[in-house]
Amino acid sequence: MLYRENGQFKSSYAADQQLLPIAQDRWFVVGLIVFAYVAVPLLASDYTFRALIIPFVILAIAAIGLNLLVGYCGQISLGTAAFMSVGAYAAYNLTIRVEGLSFLIVLVLAGGIAALVGVLFGIPSLRIKGLYLAVATLAAQFFIDWLFARVKWFTNYSSSGSVSTAPIEIFGWTVVSPVDKYLFVLSIAIVLTLAAKNLVRGHIGRSWMATRDMDVAAEVIGIRPLTAKLSAFAVSSFYAGVAGALWGFVHLGAWEPLAFNINLSLNLLFMIIIGGMGSLLGAYFGAAFILILPILLNQVPGWFGVPISTGLVSHLEAMIFGSLIVFFLIVEPHGLARLWAIGKEKLRLWPFPH
Amino acid sequence: MGTYLLKNWAVVALIAALVIGMVLPLATGISAPGFYFEVMLGGLMSGVLYSLVALGLVLIFKASGVFNFAQGAMVLFAALAVARMSEVMPLPVAFILAIGVMAIFAWLIERLVLRHLVNQDAVVLLMATLGVSFFLDGFGQTVWGSDIYQIDTGLPKTPVLVAENIFQGGILINTEDLVAAAVAALLVIALAIFFQKTPTGRALRAVADDHQAAQSIGIPLNHIWVIVWTVAGFVALVAGVIWGSKLGVQFSVSLVALKALPVVILGGFTSVPGAIIGGLIIGVGEKFAEVFLGPVLVRQFDLAGGGIENWFAYMLALLFLLVRPEGLFGEKHIDRV
Repeated sequence: MLYRENGQFKSSYAADQQLLPIAQDRWFVVGLIVFAYVAVPLLASDYTFRALIIPFVILAIAAIGLNLLVGYCGQISLGTAAFMSVGAYAAYNLTIRVEGLSFLIVLVLAGGIAALVGVLFGIPSLRIKGLYLAVATLAAQFFIDWLFARVKWFTNYSSSGSVSTAPIEIFGWTVVSPVDKYLFVLSIAIVLTLAAKNLVRGHIGRSWMATRDMDVAAEVIGIRPLTAKLSAFAVSSFYAGVAGALWGFVHLGAWEPLAFNINLSLNLLFMIIIGGMGSLLGAYFGAAFILILPILLNQVPGWFGVPISTGLVSHLEAMIFGSLIVFFLIVEPHGLARLWAIGKEKLRLWPFPH
Repeated sequence: MGTYLLKNWAVVALIAALVIGMVLPLATGISAPGFYFEVMLGGLMSGVLYSLVALGLVLIFKASGVFNFAQGAMVLFAALAVARMSEVMPLPVAFILAIGVMAIFAWLIERLVLRHLVNQDAVVLLMATLGVSFFLDGFGQTVWGSDIYQIDTGLPKTPVLVAENIFQGGILINTEDLVAAAVAALLVIALAIFFQKTPTGRALRAVADDHQAAQSIGIPLNHIWVIVWTVAGFVALVAGVIWGSKLGVQFSVSLVALKALPVVILGGFTSVPGAIIGGLIIGVGEKFAEVFLGPVLVRQFDLAGGGIENWFAYMLALLFLLVRPEGLFGEKHIDRV
């Protein structure tokens, strides 16, 4: 009833091609952003920010990056956490080695360095695909893990191998309190999401999708596999690098070697499988799901008076993730995002049957 | 042969580098011969385990085109089952019961997962087995517990000194290791006989060669998948018991088994001998890299410790992927990428 585009006429191509053609969608997104900027800081507690909301926003950025590679370009990656760690360590080294660099520039440079490393490990994708590529990215994961744990220069010769960061300062705004941190990562997430949305709508995104759907046909119609695949690796790693730098500087503050291990990579992959492959919204859904489920598992049995040990919680979590992945792959390969889209379609007809 | 060498100079160079790297410590006298062979034997032992895990992978890949990421989780699950059941019953009984458990698991996998994902993209199947692997890790530890368990096979663990008269110091060998290697060899021979001589084995090979042709002459694919997953489960069980009796059953088994991925890349996805030889190469190679190359790197670049064996296998596989994607023994297939 409310969600209907009757009477919304488009009188120019620009209006027809805009990001959200339906007015209700536009209002919803604007409302959501206002809610995120105004209501969330008023409602949420510091603990919620630290444990839930900030990690959610940062992981969503990383998941968007991975989704660009896996969901849009069809190249599997088991090494996202490694590219995140490249971003984190690059940002760390830039801040301590270069005086007076604004953190925004650091963030862009960190993403750029991660993108370079991503392209380097993406080169095998020009000769191999599928399973083989999974092993190549796994090699990136283990090698980069080792590199940052062992080469002392990266950690500035700290004796324990762990690094700690100074508070971020941008244009005189010191980002210390959880609310500040939240607003900072939220702004970056919105900018990056918008950029990703426009990328996948445009020429590059289409060449990725063509490569994903059928690489030979894509080549025949004039898409260079080299540019398509390597640009997907570059953009995906850029997102991962920025997310990694934020994860290190904003969420963790100080981190040890192996903070970005294979489990994080696998979790990110789960986020996009459950959230929805080939959907930016899905990255947000997946990140939220993966973060909320363990908390629910911790809390819910307590409400029913069934105490549950932390060990069991982590095992249950693994079981639920595992079965959900299989479930989604079989029943709804496009994940939660697809369910959302189906809901919207249904809403357009509601309450009339036709 | 000459043209082959010329055309594949990169492969030849890679293999030559590998061989030279393996012989170098002995030739230059960096290590005593006794120590050298001990390191090599240690590498071969872990190589046997990698081979067994890789064997399970290759069996499943050949029969169903599924790259089974869950093989490591199956090793852990089987080992946990044997370890916990052998606490209340004799080991052979526990072993046989565990075979039954793995058969039920294989049936469930076929029923609940594979059947619904027939004809899907290889990557989708890979992700599905990733899910299975998570489920199995969680399930195994919920049912069997998550401590470190020992499997006592009753074999003597005393080291034996051999070849004392050939060079100074001799070589220390664990009797248990020898038995384990013999068991692994027996398993491979038994599998070979099963595949070559029995009707079921012939059916399995037919499915591996061509799904559609096999189905058209009346081989039931679904049964074959259950059988092949059971066989892979059995291989996982043997690997798990060997591993468990050597190092104890614990969660890290499931992670170490990830090394089977580079092993099959090296040996070839579709080759059983490739899995075995690849496993041995990776096992020996990473031990050598750790023991002989590691200290050199640490000294040269002032690293904070070795740990090369964590990534050596993967990087070796990556190099192989660049020069010879089908592996050492795999079937060459032309595929546009």
